[in-house]
Amino acid sequence: MNRKRLVYLDHAATTPTAPGVVEAMLPYFSGRFGNPSSIYGIARESRLAVDHAREQVARAINGSPEEVYLTSGGTEADNWAIKGVAFADRKRGDHIITSSIEHHAVLHTCQYLEKQGFRVTYLSVDEFGRVDPADLENAMTDRTVLVSIMAANNEIGTLEPIAACGEICRDHGVRFHTDAVQAIGSVPVDVEALNVDLLSLSAHKFYGPKGVGALYVRKGVRLDNLLHGGAQERHRRAGTENVPGIVGMGVAIERACERREDYARRLTALRDRLYGGITERIEHVRLNGHPTERLPGNLNLSFRFIEGESTLLMLDHAGICASSGSACTSGSLDPSYVLLAIGLPHEIAHGSLRFTLGESNTDDDVDYVLETLPPIVERLRTMSPLYAEYRRSQDVQ
Amino acid sequence: MYSEKVMDHFMNPRNQGEIEDPDGVGEVGNPKCGDIMKIFLRVRDDRVEDVKFQTFGCGAAVATSSMATELVKGKTLEEAWDLSNTVVAEALGGLPPVKMHCSVLAEEGIHKAINDYRVRHGLEPWDEKPGAPKAHSNETCEA
Repeated sequence: MNRKRLVYLDHAATTPTAPGVVEAMLPYFSGRFGNPSSIYGIARESRLAVDHAREQVARAINGSPEEVYLTSGGTEADNWAIKGVAFADRKRGDHIITSSIEHHAVLHTCQYLEKQGFRVTYLSVDEFGRVDPADLENAMTDRTVLVSIMAANNEIGTLEPIAACGEICRDHGVRFHTDAVQAIGSVPVDVEALNVDLLSLSAHKFYGPKGVGALYVRKGVRLDNLLHGGAQERHRRAGTENVPGIVGMGVAIERACERREDYARRLTALRDRLYGGITERIEHVRLNGHPTERLPGNLNLSFRFIEGESTLLMLDHAGICASSGSACTSGSLDPSYVLLAIGLPHEIAHGSLRFTLGESNTDDDVDYVLETLPPIVERLRTMSPLYAEYRRSQDVQ
Repeated sequence: MYSEKVMDHFMNPRNQGEIEDPDGVGEVGNPKCGDIMKIFLRVRDDRVEDVKFQTFGCGAAVATSSMATELVKGKTLEEAWDLSNTVVAEALGGLPPVKMHCSVLAEEGIHKAINDYRVRHGLEPWDEKPGAPKAHSNETCEA
């Protein structure tokens, strides 16, 4: 076994910036460093580059460039969409609807708004992590101003019925936001087909750089500013543009859309082989999330009788990077709220692992995990009093 | 985030396993919180002749189980009782603050196993020191 081997299976956390993307960004650090707001030649070059990237982002999601606002990433986009609509429409109402499995960038923003006097309904999800559009319909009140439902969940990969939710919002005249951070590049994202008014995305999830993202805002949507200052982004978002980052995001999103179908097909095949191989070799494994309506690269599994962080440490020792929904990886004693929301008991949630595949992964990587993981699980189970108890109960029967 | 010592005791745990017909057993923690430790004692002439552990939990939980069992092996029961969680943590080269409760859990496990031995032998169980830290006292997952 080659100890130096590195198998990266945490693409939902972040992806490496693609070489072509880096190459496109490089001229904008030192050569074309001008501030897009200035008037001279090198500044105009930066302005054109930013405008071009905005067009690339708009095209990728079927919006228009005037509807794309560049941000520092997905978290800022989520914060802006939710606070922006809530404060702009405060006179119309004070009720927001979201789901219980949103990313913290959405959930914590909603909790903040609750402190500001807004009311928030957190829709529950089914055992696969799906929101029921009928629940959304039932939660609507005449005070509802905003609905925010993610396109795809970051932990369990479940795809949400965005188009259906969007239609309900449109019928009620309520603004609809979706956090599409995990979806871009993996599943089709079209603001018209999905009936969305606002959409968040983040470049580093689709082989672009970190620290840059965008918020799509449909024409006519009233939105308060989040950042106050200069006149950038048509007076909507102050701050000098992250020009190299924005250029990188433009190239990355274009590239991701071109490759999407192949990418999804290839990752689905690798993931299904990984899943099949694991369940063939290891007992007491549970798939978390939807069996088919899920992101192509996402495999979230619970291994009974063992705890996620210790499994991750042993995988890391073997050069495999993954993540877990166990409490110990979150810095609290509670396991992932997403896993609890789909009805997993605490002890099963503590034993969860998330593998998220990406561009660089190969069949060899899958083979390596299939060879490395079973002895790790076996070893931790041998150590576990829960497993000893289970074995005794089997012996009695 | 873990020291080399923690990683060593996690990857190569000492005293992991079970003792057949132990003289004392202590199980602490709960699956809800994501950590359970079970300590098995063999006692001869009031000394810990052998000690083993089984642990369901994170890297720190395994490492503290391993270190705590190493530290009490061969000690009198009274000495073993006095082993504090901070000594276990220090012996491991320190633990991240969020993992200190693992060392408390190890101390509690040893105490519970010692008291199990004492009760089995018709002795009064020893009391925890007043104000002694509890592994999960302030945590939401307390069962």
